Amino acid sequence: MNLMVKARGLIHDYVSRDEDGNIEGKIRAIDGVDLDIRPGQFIAVLGHNGSGKSTLAKHLNALLNPTEGTVLIDGKDTTDESELWNIRQEAGMIFQNPDNQIIGQIVEEDVGFGPENIGVPTKEIWERVEESLRAVGMYKYRSKSPNRLSGGQKQRVSIAGVIAMHPKCIIMDEPTAMLDPSGRKEVIRAARALNDVEKITIILITHYMEEAIYADRVFVMDHGRIALSGTPREVFSNVEKMQELHLDVPYVTLLAHQLGRSGLKLPEGILNKEELKEALQSAVPSAFIGE
Amino acid sequence: MSLSVKDLTYIYEQGTAMSVNALNHISLEIPDGQFIGLVGHTGSGKSTFVQTLNGLLKPTSGKIYWNGQDIHEENYDKKLLRAAVGLVFQYPEHQLFETDVITDVMFGPKNLGLSETECRDRAKEALLSVGLDERCWTKSPFDLSGGQKRRAAIAGVLAMKPEILILDEPTAGLDPKGRDEILNMVRGMKERLKMTIILVSHSMDDVAEYADRIIVMNAGEIMMDGTPAEVFTHSSELEEIGLSAPQMVYILQYLKENGLPVETDRLTVEEACSEILRVCRDAGY
Repeated sequence: MNLMVKARGLIHDYVSRDEDGNIEGKIRAIDGVDLDIRPGQFIAVLGHNGSGKSTLAKHLNALLNPTEGTVLIDGKDTTDESELWNIRQEAGMIFQNPDNQIIGQIVEEDVGFGPENIGVPTKEIWERVEESLRAVGMYKYRSKSPNRLSGGQKQRVSIAGVIAMHPKCIIMDEPTAMLDPSGRKEVIRAARALNDVEKITIILITHYMEEAIYADRVFVMDHGRIALSGTPREVFSNVEKMQELHLDVPYVTLLAHQLGRSGLKLPEGILNKEELKEALQSAVPSAFIGE
Repeated sequence: MSLSVKDLTYIYEQGTAMSVNALNHISLEIPDGQFIGLVGHTGSGKSTFVQTLNGLLKPTSGKIYWNGQDIHEENYDKKLLRAAVGLVFQYPEHQLFETDVITDVMFGPKNLGLSETECRDRAKEALLSVGLDERCWTKSPFDLSGGQKRRAAIAGVLAMKPEILILDEPTAGLDPKGRDEILNMVRGMKERLKMTIILVSHSMDDVAEYADRIIVMNAGEIMMDGTPAEVFTHSSELEEIGLSAPQMVYILQYLKENGLPVETDRLTVEEACSEILRVCRDAGY
């Protein structure tokens, strides 16, 4: 089986030119990235503003082409123009602002737009629209106008629009950045369900560390390179390193880390309150009532 | 210099089938020098409310008094009100437009009719207080980084020398460091310039750390108004209206339910840490 994403020595320069087309300046946004993502994985990509996350995302559905190196999506080279539309159909993309991604007058029309463009027969379009809206829990809103929906609902409609293309992989570039807490939960729940049930590969770019703890693997970017990678537990065990990279760790991880520095014997990389409780119970059993 | 809101109601598209009650009989006092966190679900009326405060939206009924004066009285000078009550919109960097940073920041004061020198002095002061030094001033605003652009846009409002600064989700889309920088800058300005701050936010952890008063809005009404510790003990009510308490509250509640006798009204990592350590020490650890 092909890797879903295989990048080797990926470099991307943004080149700015003056009016005569002479090169004025160059910014290296991605600086030698190797990446292997297997089908069905849930991947989180973290990194501060300007670390190269979004540039990387755009390489994963051929919105950008490498300055140097190669990117293969399900074995297809993103520079191969004959594969361009196949790549974009297989690797769908969700952006930050839900309002910029919705074009239909009513929800089901918006979701059907993609399949219609690739010539799917009408009957099948309706089947795809229904199954996609059901997958993100938006079926009952199918005949509503998108601008009457909340941000989280709009973002789920955008995701349905991508699912209707039957992708193998969805790249989400900060899909929750503009949403309120309940909207964030809706979107993350939808993403996890697609991964669990439909086995769609999810690549989630986010600033919210809490969203990354469900990932199979976390990549942390800094200055266009992958600075840390591993399971959430491995990555979030490096509290100081993460802070150096201008990032947080989940609040509970930080709390456990600080308790550890104050003398309690707790392991690093605690990811939820249940783990914290167990670690405290074995470190200080006498503090618990009934122990 | 206080702001007083009496029985404020705002209805969008009144008299049509689309009419929506965005604000329902809100009354509120905002005395000097508070750091207020304004929270609520999307659509709860937060943004409508802050836009009525500086007269951008005229309430359907009810009054707003700035220093005891009704702002919708005839002949009331709204220009002075808008300078005094500065509003930083969401994604304010989308409003940058001038050829260089300092001219952009001077735009507001110029509209107040101040002299070129006065405008320039105010712009310099505002840029310094948001932490943008001279090297940035002559750059195009579009050559700045995301966090810098946002700070330049905030400087544009500061140059009006507001007494109340309202920020509508100033940290949306910023990374954790950018978020901390903006919020620390706001806290610093409040202390240095004795401003009142109203921070509209979706992050309960942020308002818990920075605000000294929290106002919770739901369906156009004020549902809670109190200190962070008071408001966040009602975690289940907050969840019913699509909000949450800071993460520490949930962690401490869970530990307490499982036999660790901690107080659960600690809102930040530091406070929670010392509370857990206290309990461990009491147990002889």
